[in-house]
Amino acid sequence: MAGSNPNAKPMNLTLKVWRQKNRQTQGNIVDYQVRDISPDMSFLEMLDVLNEDLLRKGEEPVAFDHDCREGICGSCNLFINGRAHGPEPGTTTCQLHMRKFSDGDTITIEPWRAEAFPVNKDLSVDRSAFDRIIQAGGYVSVNTGGVPDANEIPIPKSIADQAFDAATCIGCGACVAACKNASAMLFVSAKVSQLALLPQGQVERKTRVENMIAQMDKEGFGACTNIGSCAAECPVGISLENIAILNREFLAAKATSNNLA
Amino acid sequence: MSWLSNALTSSIGRKIIMAVTGLFLCSFLVVHLVGNLQLFKNDGGAAFNIYSHFMGTNPIIRTLEIVLLLGFAFHIYEAVALTGKNRAARGSQGYVVNHIEQNSPWQSRNMGLLGTVILIFLLVHLYNFFYRARFGELDPDINNNADLYTLVVSSFHQWWYVLLYVLAQVALCYHLIHGFKSAFQSLGLTHRKYTPFVTYLGYAFSVLVCAGFAAMPLYFFFLQ
Ligand code: HEM
Ligand code: SF4
Ligand code: FES
Repeated sequence: MAGSNPNAKPMNLTLKVWRQKNRQTQGNIVDYQVRDISPDMSFLEMLDVLNEDLLRKGEEPVAFDHDCREGICGSCNLFINGRAHGPEPGTTTCQLHMRKFSDGDTITIEPWRAEAFPVNKDLSVDRSAFDRIIQAGGYVSVNTGGVPDANEIPIPKSIADQAFDAATCIGCGACVAACKNASAMLFVSAKVSQLALLPQGQVERKTRVENMIAQMDKEGFGACTNIGSCAAECPVGISLENIAILNREFLAAKATSNNLA
Repeated sequence: MSWLSNALTSSIGRKIIMAVTGLFLCSFLVVHLVGNLQLFKNDGGAAFNIYSHFMGTNPIIRTLEIVLLLGFAFHIYEAVALTGKNRAARGSQGYVVNHIEQNSPWQSRNMGLLGTVILIFLLVHLYNFFYRARFGELDPDINNNADLYTLVVSSFHQWWYVLLYVLAQVALCYHLIHGFKSAFQSLGLTHRKYTPFVTYLGYAFSVLVCAGFAAMPLYFFFLQ
């Protein structure tokens, strides 16, 4: 493989993995050994090796979520050794490499924990609460008709950059998983500030923030107390500044919108 | 007015009440500290007793006293409400291994604990000084003002009392190191030009105010 280290020695590891049959049953930690893990493997490839072993032995493989395996879809959510997406900052689990671990290590792997993210099976959780928050307001109205010119609406570069930074949120839920309060504020703030900053987001601006916060509360996420674990664990570096923007959007909307509920 | 009650009971609304009451309590701390600096005046407590007589009888101050009580009541009520909501949100099954200390400061995660230490201190403090000055019988001083000064001095000669005060000020200091800048964040008052200053001011405020309060029992215990 290009860029691989020919001197890297394969590793043997002990895994402590959360196993749970389904939503109704209780789960527990089960120990497994994996052998000859290349330091160049991703964390998910290491789990693939475990699952192939399990299949060969006729055991049920470990369920975990993944899709793109290139850090953009936000599905690969694992709580590794007490950290969301593992020890490496700014990295999704699929982009975490086994070279961050050492031969003989014990690695504890758990699903995201939050009342609003129930465990479906093993390490796979239901994050549809995020989808419902987006449905409540994370969209913009567009005109039908011809395709508009790319640069028709002037947007200052600094605003465009700020909105783009917020738009990089991949909806993984690490912010919720890491937060002492299981708060979804970093996620919601990324969506709200991205759209509030741009001219295209103005039509629904007030209703959006009111509805998204109402849905966030209804889903049972906690309230932000500005601890900062979310931003520290976010794989794409969404900043706490977005939460301040969300708070002022919410205050302004509640004070001035036409919605009486 | 359902929009208003909905707004104030939403997770952001509760945070906003925390922030407004928290900053209001900070303003109280400044007034309380500045007034009490008269304890350091070497006049056998005359100035301090005049001041405390004024604070106990002036109608404006007496009205603000009720506002202050409400400020504490709302702050504590929202703290309890938020803590309950957030515990429920975290869920019953916790992590087997969680290294939250690697991603956040201790004081930010323990505002409830710090607040409880402050509350216990407040109750002792209010009983000993406020209650006894307002409802108890203190002897008159040379100017015929109730002699709160002598009570303060004798209290600050008891080691356990001094220890409680100093510990409470350490707790308050950590509460404010998180709380001061957090309140600005909760209110959405952030800006790349001013937030670095607010952060710096928060540290300076927390340390100076708490050191000022802690200096009083220490001064009387060790130097008087
Ligand atoms: C003089 C006394 C006090 C002052 C000056 C003070 C100040 C503050 C400030 C400025 C905040 C930050 C608000 C925010 O983040 O928006 C805060 C948060 C908090 N306070 Fe206090 N406080 C005091 C007493 C108390 C007491 C007695 C309790 C509890 C019994 C308490 C419990 C809390 C809790 C739990 C938080 C965190 C809640 C959150 O961030 O959402 N505080 N306080
Ligand atoms: S804010 Fe960061 S941690 Fe939260 S969902 Fe978006 S990308 Fe994931
Ligand atoms: S699998 Fe898509 S981000 Fe990791």
